Amino acid sequence: MENDVIFIDVEKLMHTAQGPVKLMVQTSIQSGELVALFGQSGAGKTTLLRILAGLVAPDRGLIRFGNTIWFDSEKKINIVPQQRNIGLMFQDFALFPNMTVEQNIQFAQPEKNKAAVTELLTLFGLQELRERKPNGLSGGQKQRVALARVLARKPQLLLLDEPLSALDAEMRHVLQDEIARAHNLLGVTTLMVSHDLNEVFRLATHVICIENGKVMRSGRPENAFLDNSISGKVQITGQIARIEKQDTLYVVTVISGNNQIIKVIAFENDLENLKIGDRVMVYSKAFNPIISKLG
Amino acid sequence: MDPQFAQTLCLTLKLAVSTTVILVLIGLPFAYWLAFTKIRIKPLIEALVSMPMVLPPSVIGYYMLLIYSPRNWFGEWLGRIFDVQLAFSFEGVLIASVIFSLPFMVQPLHNGLRSLPDSLREASYTLGKSKMLTFFRVLLPNIKPSVITALALTFAHSIGEFGIVLMVGGNMPGETRVASIAIYDEVQALNFEAANQYALILFLVSLVLLTTIYSVNKKYDTWKMM
Repeated sequence: MENDVIFIDVEKLMHTAQGPVKLMVQTSIQSGELVALFGQSGAGKTTLLRILAGLVAPDRGLIRFGNTIWFDSEKKINIVPQQRNIGLMFQDFALFPNMTVEQNIQFAQPEKNKAAVTELLTLFGLQELRERKPNGLSGGQKQRVALARVLARKPQLLLLDEPLSALDAEMRHVLQDEIARAHNLLGVTTLMVSHDLNEVFRLATHVICIENGKVMRSGRPENAFLDNSISGKVQITGQIARIEKQDTLYVVTVISGNNQIIKVIAFENDLENLKIGDRVMVYSKAFNPIISKLG
Repeated sequence: MDPQFAQTLCLTLKLAVSTTVILVLIGLPFAYWLAFTKIRIKPLIEALVSMPMVLPPSVIGYYMLLIYSPRNWFGEWLGRIFDVQLAFSFEGVLIASVIFSLPFMVQPLHNGLRSLPDSLREASYTLGKSKMLTFFRVLLPNIKPSVITALALTFAHSIGEFGIVLMVGGNMPGETRVASIAIYDEVQALNFEAANQYALILFLVSLVLLTTIYSVNKKYDTWKMM
């Protein structure tokens, strides 16, 4: 839908640990996409997210959500966060310590609806914890409550600030699935800050790479990354990020420890005991590796 | 009980309760504003609020008397329009007491609000909640120990206030003679038994209040660690 496209053209001077960096982003996001903002810390991903949420005002520019202007420096328009109908999930989850799990979710609802709260509690497996306060929850449980809470608001745009950075690898996989499920279920346009390539490949339909405040690449994750990372070492360990069927063969995407992406052809019986998230080794025998001079 | 003794205690209580109630009404919005304002002169405002903690009460009392004086435009204006004479009256003492106890209310609240992560406020705003609702439903309930500390310190401090009451209010039974003044007065009159009674009551009330503060904070610490 044309009127659901988010148009962003903003500039903001950021004060980072490496000195001042100018964030200059011009991009648009299609409705229903799960977009990953990828880049090193200090590149401006979180700032861009906070600008979209209305918590930080850009120095200059325009943000349009469908037909609604959220920010226009020339017309001096800056819609407050309360009126943007967004859901922002914070890195520290920002659960309200004075409220129980159930009250946290209830608080986010525009109108009180007990049935909807129960539905969210069930969806995220939180029924047992409904009376608990956030301080008694584990990281993974907090993350689920935070996700349920932002969804309770029924946002038009979901903003996730490194939602999984505080969790260990195993928990991360479980919750990546949950984010994907929530996104598929509700079809809400989602923007997720991440510096984990694996996460980007598993979840995102579109990726925007930000370096030093500028958008360097964007597109589908495989297009945005594959062209400039040469794959083909003799022995590489990594993690399976994606398995795609192509005719009778399968293409397995493996991401190595230093974030290289390798595509490997596999037969059905090769995949018998392999699944997404498994740690694997990609190797090639004898004369397959080809050498070429760099630069 | 000696009626004068009862009257003095009543007046002391009245002053402390009124001061605390007024300071809740002023202190809450003021501490909120101070905690999140980006105004340039914030350090100056913070210094002014804290002045009563470092200045001798006689300095503030002296300025209050000057302001209240009918020879001054403010005192003259009050007398002319409202027929009010603040010097050596309960109201005058109350205003002085509010100013003098202001840091005891504002500082704990200010520190409490500043200690909360910004993300709590921001999360509430992005969930569509107004600043007012966020303050009462999210911020205030999460600084409960600060609120209790502020209330108890303000109350205890107002009960024990001596210098400024003496300067602004003098020692008028039923009007400005509070317990701390009465102790001084009774000692001057070598009436140690009465002084002892007042002193013991002030001692016990302060002890109970401070013990409450510390036990609440201890409970909160264990709760936080869970």
